[in-house]
Amino acid sequence: MTDTLPTQRQSPLHDAHVAAGATFTDFAGWQMPVRYSGDLAEHAAVRTAAGLFDLSHMGEIFVLGPAAADALDAALSGRMSALTVGQAKYTLLLDDDGGVIDDLIVYRTGDDRYLVVANASNREVVAEVLRDRAEGYDALVEDESDDVALIAIQGPKSKEILQNVEGLTGEEQDIDDALGALRYYRALNAVYAGLPILITRTGYTGEDGFELFVAPDAARSLWDALLETGAGAGLVPAGLACRDTLRLEAGMPLYGHELGVDILPAQAGLARAVVTDGHDFVGRDAVLRGDAPEPDSLLAGRVLVGLASEGKRAGRAGYDVLNGDGAVVGRVTSGALSPTLGHPIAMAFVDPAVAETGTSLGIDVRGTRIDATVVPLPFYKRESNT
Amino acid sequence: MTRESELKYTSEHEWVEAADGVATVGITGYAAGQLGDVVYVDLPAAGTAVEAGAVIGEIESTKSVGELYAPVSGTIAAVNDAVEASPELVNSDPLGDGWLVRIEYSDLPALLELAEYQALTSES
Repeated sequence: MTDTLPTQRQSPLHDAHVAAGATFTDFAGWQMPVRYSGDLAEHAAVRTAAGLFDLSHMGEIFVLGPAAADALDAALSGRMSALTVGQAKYTLLLDDDGGVIDDLIVYRTGDDRYLVVANASNREVVAEVLRDRAEGYDALVEDESDDVALIAIQGPKSKEILQNVEGLTGEEQDIDDALGALRYYRALNAVYAGLPILITRTGYTGEDGFELFVAPDAARSLWDALLETGAGAGLVPAGLACRDTLRLEAGMPLYGHELGVDILPAQAGLARAVVTDGHDFVGRDAVLRGDAPEPDSLLAGRVLVGLASEGKRAGRAGYDVLNGDGAVVGRVTSGALSPTLGHPIAMAFVDPAVAETGTSLGIDVRGTRIDATVVPLPFYKRESNT
Repeated sequence: MTRESELKYTSEHEWVEAADGVATVGITGYAAGQLGDVVYVDLPAAGTAVEAGAVIGEIESTKSVGELYAPVSGTIAAVNDAVEASPELVNSDPLGDGWLVRIEYSDLPALLELAEYQALTSES
């Protein structure tokens, strides 16, 4: 690396965000839009119509070769060899102690080809760990994040909008039919402006939606085409601020909040993402032992719960969770006044003894105790899925 | 001139309109924009004695919590009930209906002029 100060990287869509009047934030070394019109309006648009997100800062790492499936099986907590081409899986990259290095979505895009999507802040770590773990396998790990832009369209109107984008065509079949038939956690190869584009039915908002992996050169034209097509249906550009309240309502963990190297998957309710049966991978023994990866961590031995409160004042990340006697029994990892539900919600790691649904607890909100009740996650669930 | 240029400012992003021993205080449009949609404000009760530089209230957005500092020492003379009921006024009209408190003071400390405040916010 050079001696100069780190420059904030800009998305290929940066000019579009400036033109739309976005407020920017520094996120994992990138200058990304935090909001355009307003957090609440963008949040509501995603729940009721659709929102368009620029996720070009995310990491896209390809694992290629005849042994790509075997290498990933050994590297990740899930069995990637079991995926059929076009299928996706939520999985975890664990360290030797069972701690979570990152949570990933892995798409099988060919027999010998996988796309691993990593959090922006972990992109380099994930690529490095995967490279290490692929050694000895006939497989290649290529970090192609710089050559991939990522746009997400999320919300109940997403499909209808995407089906009407001009210049978007299916590789083999009509795009309208292909999108209609695309199931949740499946991917589809398509063409936009003469360039290949991967369309996946995934997201991080609790709504139906799609994620579009596209060449940086085509990103702006696709972004504009989506906004134009969706304007009548209520599609708006949506920033990282509303993305956080959306994923919180949907009970989805965020790396650095609900996930980290000091947390075992089961603590965060992610035991389902860990397949120990007939599957050996880094961290397996530690996960089965169940000992805290970092015993001194505040979260050691604690489990993730949802907390709901009344009023307007929300517990925030880092606030203490209290029992009836005022003793500290946990810590909030994410919290906000839920825009959809209208009351404060929080995710927190608490002692197992107070983790049962219905338990009355408190949150120390800057010196004031607010009452909170343990509730099941997610806080919000969309009514139906197609 | 615009209302903006008639006000004084603090480096903590409050604006102050002082007249006849009463200072009306709010947060600037820049601060409101950085904070995001305001969903809750916690303000001191009328009659409370406050000291310049001390935290006297909280402004919560969906995303984060901002603090309100007293720009002058004195006594809270009035609190904007409208903003407690409709916190979004802080975003929609930060320099007008989104005012937060009025403070009775005897001495007004040195505050920033608009140009000085703008210089401060253009750096970030």
